[in-house]
Amino acid sequence: MLSVRPTKEMASMTVQTDRPGTGPVEVHKSDGGGGPRTQQSKRARSARLAPYLLLLPALAATLVLLGWPLVKNGLLSFQNLNMRQLIQHLTEWNGVENYTEILGSDDFWRVTGRSIVFTAVNVVLIMIVGTLVGLLLARLGKKMRLLLLLGLVLAWAMPTIAATTVFQWLFASRYGVVNWVLAKLGFEGMADYNWFGSQMSTFTVLVILLVWQSIPFVAINLYAATTTIPKELYEAASLDGAGAWKSFTNVTFPTLRPFLFATTFLEVIWIFKAFAQVFAINEGGPDRMTEILPVYAFIEGVGNQHYGVGAAISLLTILVLLGLTSYYLRLVLKQEEDEL
Amino acid sequence: MKRSLFGRAWPNVVAFILFLGLVFPVYWMFATSFKPTIDIISENPVWFPVDFTFEHFNTALGAPNFWTLVRNSLTVTVGAVVFSLLIALAGSFALARMRFKGRRGFIIGFMVAQMAPWEVMVIAIYFLVRDSDMLNSLIPLTLFYMMMVLPFTILTLRGFVAAIPKELEESAMVDGCSRMQAFRKVIFPLLAPGLMATSLFGFITAWNEFPLVLVLNKQAEAQTLPIWLQRFQTNFGDDWGATMAASSLFAIPILILFVFLQRRAVSGLTSGAVKG
Repeated sequence: MLSVRPTKEMASMTVQTDRPGTGPVEVHKSDGGGGPRTQQSKRARSARLAPYLLLLPALAATLVLLGWPLVKNGLLSFQNLNMRQLIQHLTEWNGVENYTEILGSDDFWRVTGRSIVFTAVNVVLIMIVGTLVGLLLARLGKKMRLLLLLGLVLAWAMPTIAATTVFQWLFASRYGVVNWVLAKLGFEGMADYNWFGSQMSTFTVLVILLVWQSIPFVAINLYAATTTIPKELYEAASLDGAGAWKSFTNVTFPTLRPFLFATTFLEVIWIFKAFAQVFAINEGGPDRMTEILPVYAFIEGVGNQHYGVGAAISLLTILVLLGLTSYYLRLVLKQEEDEL
Repeated sequence: MKRSLFGRAWPNVVAFILFLGLVFPVYWMFATSFKPTIDIISENPVWFPVDFTFEHFNTALGAPNFWTLVRNSLTVTVGAVVFSLLIALAGSFALARMRFKGRRGFIIGFMVAQMAPWEVMVIAIYFLVRDSDMLNSLIPLTLFYMMMVLPFTILTLRGFVAAIPKELEESAMVDGCSRMQAFRKVIFPLLAPGLMATSLFGFITAWNEFPLVLVLNKQAEAQTLPIWLQRFQTNFGDDWGATMAASSLFAIPILILFVFLQRRAVSGLTSGAVKG
């Protein structure tokens, strides 16, 4: 299954393959362009320019399609921009008014707290179940492993909105399978239960949906990581008299720790931004009680046509997300700098 | 060391239960879409469809604008994947094979860009697109979807390019190939798995994208399939057969792609440690 895996080894290979002094590019690398103007330096200059030319389209796309919207978002957040200004193309600056309004409202803080709790619950469940499934994969025989991998790949491949729609059907109050099973198990009151009628039950469905969608990523990643642990380590551990638990804590876990760490933060980012699922399942309802920050920004901004306020909420959302992931981001950047 | 029967059996039992739990929603989607309505609204669920019908697929296929939206979805998805591959191929080659000032900055920049919170940038993008008079057009969608997958594509392809030994290229050039020929005849074929992994990721991202098209293209003929599917249930009441047929139609291309390319896809995606 996992035949091509360009991971850390390749990153270090990059460093080796282009050590200075192996190609024509490096000859004039450090002279800053002040070399003698001969035929050869002309060629060297075009060689020096080559990487920038190759990267130019990517750089231009990033600046125009990512950088510009970010700047625009910042500008919009300082404007009084509602339906009237939208239709008449007016630009009315109103300083930090949007921000004082949002930060002074209970709604924003309630939604922020809710988003953080929602993310935490999901990520904890995903990491625990995903890790256990990954470890199980490593333990299974070949046929059973293939079967479980097939299940994981199917759940992984299922498009988001299709999965959300299917979960609406599974949890439908009439003829939904979940209510039928619960009623058969003895919870008679659940026979016609409306899962989308209250905050907690809607969140329950969302958590099950997100956990189901995310387990494959964690489990397969983790299983791939366990295959990199040399068998000799376990043999050595058992020679030293380590039992199953000891060899897990001393051999398996230390190897998996970096993977677990990185995956946890990717899941935090992914769940925190889970707009499509939360919006599609109940549009943030009932009564706006299942809105998480991205949905809140959308409903305030686009839905209620307070675009300036919506832009300010978006910016604050990005800041919250940066805060939640800053530790991981710092670590990744530092690691990358050491490697390059 | 021999394990007890229980010790050998439980992992398989747990794995089988997990398999059922993972597969059931996908199975139930297809099963419902093929069942006659009478079996869908029965007091006890019909677990295995006995009578098959294509009635629900006919309803879904006959929904207004369905084929227009299929064409829209395919256009933006294929466009985004092809453009991002072209741009990324050039960039990743530079990042993997050349040394230059600012290389580290580029890599870090793309790593950060990979985490861009597109879901909350829709308001700003709406104003940019509106001011360019491009609402209800497929061009901005294609461009932004391209950008959503570009950083991942560059970083992943960089890993694949770096994995190809430089000597292969050099020996091709010694044998009389130009640099361009060496790239086309030696590197490009070896990149195939990387190209497949990244284009699968791009395909899924663009095919699934929901918030941006929700904001930008309000006109019914300018939308894409995710919006159609999300509104389907509202428009068709509680016709779960038709809704599940619609879901199946939307999911099938991705499921097929994934199952065919899973080997490459999974390794490619785990290597980039990123997900849609």
